Amino acid sequence: MIDSVCSLCVSSLVISVEGLPRPTIIIPEQHILIEGDDEDNPYVAKVIRLFGDESGEQMKAVVQWFVRVSEVPLSKLKLLGREPHPQEIFHYQGRICDDEVNVESILRPVQVKHLDSATPFPNSDDKDTMYVKLSWDSKAFRVVDSALVESACEPASPSSQLPHAVSGVETESLHSATKLSASKCLSTKRRNLATRTPGVCKKLELHSKWEDVVSQLLDKELDSKVMLAHRLSSSPPQPHPVTHRLTPINKAHRSPVTQGTIRLKPSTIALNRLPPSKMNRPLLSARENSTRSVLTLTSFKTLVAVYTIHLTKAQSHPTCPHNFAVCLIRNLLDNQQDLNSDGEDEDEFVPSQKELNGCSEEDEDDGEEEAGLDSEEEILVKKGRGTTAVFRTPRSKQKTHSLTRTPRKNPNKKIMPGTPRTPHQATPSIPCRSLPTRQPANILEEARARLHVSSVPESLPCREQEFQDIYSFVESKIIDGTGGCMYISGVPGTGKTATVHEVMRCLQHAADVDEIPTFHFIEINGMKMTDPHQAYVQILQNLTGQKATPDHAAALLDKRFNNPAPRKQTTVLLVDELDLLWTRKQNVMYNLFDWPTQRHARLVVLTIANTMDLPERIMINRVASRLGLTRMSFQPYSFKQLQQIIMSRLNKVKAFEEDALQLVSRKVAALSGDARRCLDICRRATEICEHSTTNPSATGLVGMSHVMEALNEMFSSAYITAIKCASMQEQLFLRAVIAEFRRLGLEEATFQQVFVQHQALCRLEGLQPISVSEGLAVCQRLGACRLLLLEPSRLGVLQRVRLNVSQDDVLYALKAD
Amino acid sequence: MSKRKVKDVHRPIGECITQVQQILRERFCHQQLPDRPEGLEAQYKHLLELLRRSAIQGESNSVLIVGPRGAGKTMLLQCVLRDLLQEKEAQKNLLQVHLNGLLQTDDRIALKEITRQLNLENVVGDKVFVSVQTEYYEQILENKTAEKSPGDRSSSRPVLFVLDEFDLFAHHKNQTLLYNLFDVSQSAQTPVAVVGVTCRLDVLELLEKRVKSRFSHRQIHLLSSFGFSEYLQTVRTQLSLPDDFTDRGFAQDWNSSIQTLCEDKSVEEALQRHFNSSKDFRSLHMLLMLCLSRVSVSKPSIKPADLLDASRLCLCDAKANMLHGLSILELCLIIAMKHLNDVYEGEPFNLQMVHNEFKKFLQRKSNSMYNFEQPVVMKAFEHLQQLELIRPVDGSSAKTQREFQLMRLMLDHSQIMEALQKYPQCPTDVKQWAMSAFG
Repeated sequence: MIDSVCSLCVSSLVISVEGLPRPTIIIPEQHILIEGDDEDNPYVAKVIRLFGDESGEQMKAVVQWFVRVSEVPLSKLKLLGREPHPQEIFHYQGRICDDEVNVESILRPVQVKHLDSATPFPNSDDKDTMYVKLSWDSKAFRVVDSALVESACEPASPSSQLPHAVSGVETESLHSATKLSASKCLSTKRRNLATRTPGVCKKLELHSKWEDVVSQLLDKELDSKVMLAHRLSSSPPQPHPVTHRLTPINKAHRSPVTQGTIRLKPSTIALNRLPPSKMNRPLLSARENSTRSVLTLTSFKTLVAVYTIHLTKAQSHPTCPHNFAVCLIRNLLDNQQDLNSDGEDEDEFVPSQKELNGCSEEDEDDGEEEAGLDSEEEILVKKGRGTTAVFRTPRSKQKTHSLTRTPRKNPNKKIMPGTPRTPHQATPSIPCRSLPTRQPANILEEARARLHVSSVPESLPCREQEFQDIYSFVESKIIDGTGGCMYISGVPGTGKTATVHEVMRCLQHAADVDEIPTFHFIEINGMKMTDPHQAYVQILQNLTGQKATPDHAAALLDKRFNNPAPRKQTTVLLVDELDLLWTRKQNVMYNLFDWPTQRHARLVVLTIANTMDLPERIMINRVASRLGLTRMSFQPYSFKQLQQIIMSRLNKVKAFEEDALQLVSRKVAALSGDARRCLDICRRATEICEHSTTNPSATGLVGMSHVMEALNEMFSSAYITAIKCASMQEQLFLRAVIAEFRRLGLEEATFQQVFVQHQALCRLEGLQPISVSEGLAVCQRLGACRLLLLEPSRLGVLQRVRLNVSQDDVLYALKAD
Repeated sequence: MSKRKVKDVHRPIGECITQVQQILRERFCHQQLPDRPEGLEAQYKHLLELLRRSAIQGESNSVLIVGPRGAGKTMLLQCVLRDLLQEKEAQKNLLQVHLNGLLQTDDRIALKEITRQLNLENVVGDKVFVSVQTEYYEQILENKTAEKSPGDRSSSRPVLFVLDEFDLFAHHKNQTLLYNLFDVSQSAQTPVAVVGVTCRLDVLELLEKRVKSRFSHRQIHLLSSFGFSEYLQTVRTQLSLPDDFTDRGFAQDWNSSIQTLCEDKSVEEALQRHFNSSKDFRSLHMLLMLCLSRVSVSKPSIKPADLLDASRLCLCDAKANMLHGLSILELCLIIAMKHLNDVYEGEPFNLQMVHNEFKKFLQRKSNSMYNFEQPVVMKAFEHLQQLELIRPVDGSSAKTQREFQLMRLMLDHSQIMEALQKYPQCPTDVKQWAMSAFG
């Protein structure tokens, strides 16, 4: 937008904006707008001083920041206690943030007025006047002193110097076009529409502000209409090219022209209601008051109508107007360059086209107009389902609605029968339960609820050291405003994710009480993504709420982390199950570890995976190198730690005998050290205890016997029981398998060989020998339980058989019979 | 009331038979659940308690039901669900999702099915149109888990996930679905109960370690060690008519006939044989179904002979039956292969070898058989291959000529001999050739 920064001196700065005749002078104590993330709401600041850096080439400015309403977190906005004014800003007194900006990022001066906290906001729509009432230090709002705010000298007329990429040139051409015919003027418009560079469109799309495009276009139209209308209405005696042009058409095609003239009327009326100073200024956002939206709307329609005339004249084809109008709307929405070539979507619009036609023929009847409006809305919504990424976001859809909505006179007409409710507004969800949950009734139930893995413990015992390490690592990065990576490994159930979450909770708390700067916390999980590249999408969505394709998201994130931006918060990113983000080129991992190394990224990446040597095993050198050597490994819990964990969870609920707890923790520690397992066993033990309290001698506590039973249930393999419970022939078959293995000296035999042994055993046991089919069925059943490992059954008698249990187990199980 | 009963007693026999068949068929085809799952009381209680806690207290749980095929896993689950849903509190809360590993072969299909069954379609419907399918996944998971009330397990309705053929889900890529389901069940989100049904005893070894850690390790094993007397009792109850049968007289007659049937020595023997072969109730139902289908108006009860016939039908060898339909030439080729197998100890053979063996037989002792042309023999050989009585050795490519392609015999000697005994009008010299030790 800013083309160049010209001459500089210590006391003032001259910037020139493309398309504007005069350069703007920036001096200290003046309020300025600074380019930010959101093009619609640039940052506001006051220049304190201007200076050049050491080399003398780079000009910088020291500024005092102001915060817009949209920059204050929604949760904090409640502290305000009233509705914020859209033009309200707050004097920023929070934590020190980068107050040096490059002068390239200065957009233009702006007017800032201080108001007493009691005075109401002036009722003005001026977009270039900001109001300061309060200061904001990221915790609370305070009344601000007017001396801090008011600048020494206000710029003469900041509003006249609005830089506007799209309209800058056009406004000029419009001004110079006064002598041209209206049709020529319109064709200029049309050319502008058609030749708008895709670059501009892209830029606008990127920021999901497509409605701005529409509103800008509408405003351009409005501008032309201003002239047109003035000529048509205010100076009737003067013979005008438009009327001349209109007359012959009037003769030839009567109806289109009547449409045109009728449509022109409302815009004139609407225009008269507006203060003249605003006529030339483009609208910046969709936040208009009602007059404005009426204006926009009527002008939109007028635009359609005038185009209709234009086209009729140009092509003299009676059916064209509708097509053209439809194309035009689509063009506005689609930013497509070619007006007539996209016929394939035509049928989609046929019904609404009719409505549109009806709308253009009706007069100022309110109800019918609404029907027409709805049809337009429908088109917008329909387009919204189209292919362009921007239209998809629900936010822009909503804005579309607000753009086209008129204040309605009778609210009972609100829902028109013809408009189907768009499904995107109804968010289906799992219904809430109709009956409340029952509260735990006795001590065992309460213990069980406390022991569930999901119940969040008050503290995390036994991970103090790890907690401290991670905490200090992240804290130092946040305070320094730098970035870094950390790799955390450990077997499942050792509290890796829980510890990181606990750290984040504490840091968040610290940030709330203002000990450390605020930060963003984002969490992604490799297991919860279908594709590693979805990581970008999720990160972007968590950061900004935007939705994008993976490639686009990667580009946006890259831009965000690689470029300096004032007042950037530190982002803490937790990547769980890192190994699943592995791709062949490892570009996802590379990016994740590369961003923290960028100077301006302020990104802290914590990664979690199970294996300790993951970086060495699966990462290529340049990825492993960027991950760095900040490693931490979580050891499996020892039995004492497990015991402590259970005790702290139970929190003085006396449900377990001491010995029982020790048994569980020793057993689990010996096997895996998985805290989840430990909790699950305890939970199961409470159940067993609950069901076995029929005998009154029991203490009601979970004792050794219950725990033993639970341990047996969970750890003993069912193979031996399964063999004991198998049918006679199945047991015989297993014996035959072992006999055949012994004969062969191998651990593998074909079914045919085993079957011979089986027949012999049958005779030995005095049973009738079974047929081959039956034998195969027996074999398959054993294979389905995985007592045997089999080849695919299509091999029939030739399939090879192996035991999945040890021979000793089989013999033990069969002997015990 | 009593009047009607008197009238009902004398129903025409045909009507009674139709009713009997209907009642018993429903039992055998698993359309009707038994009142109580017999022999599975402990497991029934465990599962019912578990699901009741999920439904009423909003506790998340995961459990596996493991047992051999036909042991009554699904029956148990259905019984539990039936009884659970009779409680009003549970009925109002519980949402159910049933998945089957054989149908939902990958996670995407499974998610679609979950969405459909939870009636979350329209978000996803919108989603599917506009965006790539990958987003879809998170969409549902978000919907499913972090609903409007994230972290509040007391307000959202519990969801029961039944995963039939659970082991097949473990073969999905990364086990993403299982990870997410178990993760939800271990976190304070929407309460879920995950019930896996499988027949594999080693199912836990299939799970990846992080998935395994999130599973609660509850397993309900359906391994019942009942004896033959219980089996016989089951047969009796399965065949008996209920007390509320319309024609009381007929029901009494029928039940007493079943009683005598079960006491018959030969019947007991046949059932013992079945019991020895498998304790699977499905195969028993198959046997009883065959008996039932022989009941007609002219023969209004099951006779021991019917059961023996049915038993024979169930136990007969499939391959031997197939041999009965072969031509003499094909049978001779099979015999030649058998001799080759004996001579070369199971090494594979080709058509040429088999033909030579056959020609040797013809030269030596055949007086009823003639030599056939090579193409005719080839045709017969190919027919055998199509019937899968022989199959080519793995790895032998199609490059080799068909005459020399190596083959293996898929039959056991006993099957061949059995088939020869029953083969209609088998020439004696062929029989002798088959029985002789040497070719």
